[in-house]
Amino acid sequence: MSDAISLVISGSWLSSFLGTNTWVVSSVAVATWETIYMVGIATLLSYVFGLPLGVVLVTTDRGHILENQAVNKILGGIVNAVRSIPFIIFLILIIPLTRIIVGTYIGTAASIVPLTLAAIPFVARLVETSFKEIEWGLIEAALSMGASPWQVICKVLLPEARPSVILGVAITTINLVGYSAMAGIVGGGGLGTLAYYHGYQRYEDVVMWPTVIVLIILVQGVQMLGDGLAARITDKRR
Amino acid sequence: MIEIKNLTKIYTTPTQEILALDDVSLRVEKGEIFGIIGLSGAGKSTLIRCINMLEKPTRGSILVGDREITALDKEDLRTARQKIGMIFQHFNLLSSRTVFENVMFPLEIARVPTNQAQRRVNELLELVGLEDRADSYPAQLSGGQKQRVGIARALANEPLLLLSDEATSALDPQTTRSILELLKDINRQLNLTILLITHDMNVIKEVCDRVAVIDDSRIVEVGDVLDIFANPKIPTTRSFISAVMNREVPEELLYRARTETSPNTTKLIRISFIGASAGEPVISNMVRKFDIDANILYGNVDRVKDTPFGNLTLEMIGEPDLIIQAMEYLHGRGLEIEVLNDV
Ligand SMILES: Nc1ncnc2c1ncn2[C@@H]1O[C@H](COP(=O)(O)OP(=O)(O)OP(=O)(O)O)[C@@H](O)[C@H]1O
Ligand SMILES: [Mg+2]
Repeated sequence: MSDAISLVISGSWLSSFLGTNTWVVSSVAVATWETIYMVGIATLLSYVFGLPLGVVLVTTDRGHILENQAVNKILGGIVNAVRSIPFIIFLILIIPLTRIIVGTYIGTAASIVPLTLAAIPFVARLVETSFKEIEWGLIEAALSMGASPWQVICKVLLPEARPSVILGVAITTINLVGYSAMAGIVGGGGLGTLAYYHGYQRYEDVVMWPTVIVLIILVQGVQMLGDGLAARITDKRR
Repeated sequence: MIEIKNLTKIYTTPTQEILALDDVSLRVEKGEIFGIIGLSGAGKSTLIRCINMLEKPTRGSILVGDREITALDKEDLRTARQKIGMIFQHFNLLSSRTVFENVMFPLEIARVPTNQAQRRVNELLELVGLEDRADSYPAQLSGGQKQRVGIARALANEPLLLLSDEATSALDPQTTRSILELLKDINRQLNLTILLITHDMNVIKEVCDRVAVIDDSRIVEVGDVLDIFANPKIPTTRSFISAVMNREVPEELLYRARTETSPNTTKLIRISFIGASAGEPVISNMVRKFDIDANILYGNVDRVKDTPFGNLTLEMIGEPDLIIQAMEYLHGRGLEIEVLNDV
């Protein structure tokens, strides 16, 4: 037991596993950073667009504060359409658009485009679900005080849904880690590309295993962070 | 304060049309506590929600103060709503805000400057007795405390009118009483008009000045609470009253009195007390004065709002003409008398 711990702490397991392949450490580190970068920016951008879209989807629904069947049906339809395309196909489908925006369709910056565009409708639906959990009575109470739709959104919907929205961010990020690996296979960079070249094409498990371990740590970390932040809010209110 | 004219509300669902209010007209005067009572589904919530337009009337008009609420545009309606407080059965407090921030909420909506608003919140928390819970979250409060926050919140913008949709229905009897006391205090201190709906006649009995009975989408009886309690006209009203105040003499007592006594020398009467006479020794005065016996069979004395109110079933035994004189005496004291064994 203590042998195992000292082995982990000293890092000697790493050198004994890698042997002479120390280059693996630097390439995994670079790829990890690329993944974090892509996923981070894509998550951020997908909320910049997806959060308002979710708000619109909720509030334009039947009987809601900004009821508008036409807008609701059209946006809902687009969201469903994008969500029904498997990511790997979507990625290829929007290459022309990616080229227009970034100038190329290869590399981390280019991957951010399909990642973001695919995540926006996903985020919108997550946000929609979070908002629908809020009791209608709270919205009505605000309306009875003379709140405008904007005030209802900012003072009731968003603050009340915050813990649930934060959990949604964790889910989105984790999904994007998965998507980014797919993007990596078509040259998107990050851990996906690394695993594809060294793992799939040459089957070098000296690269595969560290990649898998880093992915597990990333996903765990994001989930724990999300859970922790959400719990901090709900605990305080309890 | 409120004038409802020919209000009709029809809910249209994909499968049917539901008539929730059928040509309802009603006036609520400034400064009174007006109760609306009815069974589940009678249309109470629909009626109260039409008053601040949470529900849009199908036909009819509603005047609140001097504004026709049914004719306002969105912007004016929002301003008007700031002056109509509302409290709810399930409190509807924001879980993301502390007690202080919840009471602050309507002031933010009305864009009251922050330091002025904070001062107001402190006043209100004191009014409802929750100064020491300002930083608690709603989840940390009891039902009664939550409703106090609800009341403070509803009063924040100094409303003309307070609407209460079953505000005590989720509370135990003791907490209900304390919330009702608070509403009475507020009504007196601020001369605030309160319109409340309930299915509990106790609520009407404890706080209301006037009451309307709503049954199957229509107002079937309106009047002063005392008059209604003393003299309910329709069966719905009677059954509401008997739930809180047993007017009816048990059958076996009536049977015995009717069969075992002679109608000439024994009369079975029910006396209804309203107001001050409940405090006078009327019965013993009568017995002394007319030399008859009075045997109390059944009765109860209660309060309707702040007025003593009750009824008493007596067996009066004695000379027939003395009994008649005694009854005239009671009548002269302002009591209502009903003879139960006149067959
Ligand atoms: N949004 C709605 N859509 C359709 N029908 C409704 C709606 N709200 C109420 N109703 C119907 O209108 C009628 C009156 O309902 P309302 O809620 O006013 O009754 P209530 O007297 O408040 O009853 P309770 O004591 O159960 O709250 C009922 O038949 C109810 O089913
Ligand atoms: Mg109701």
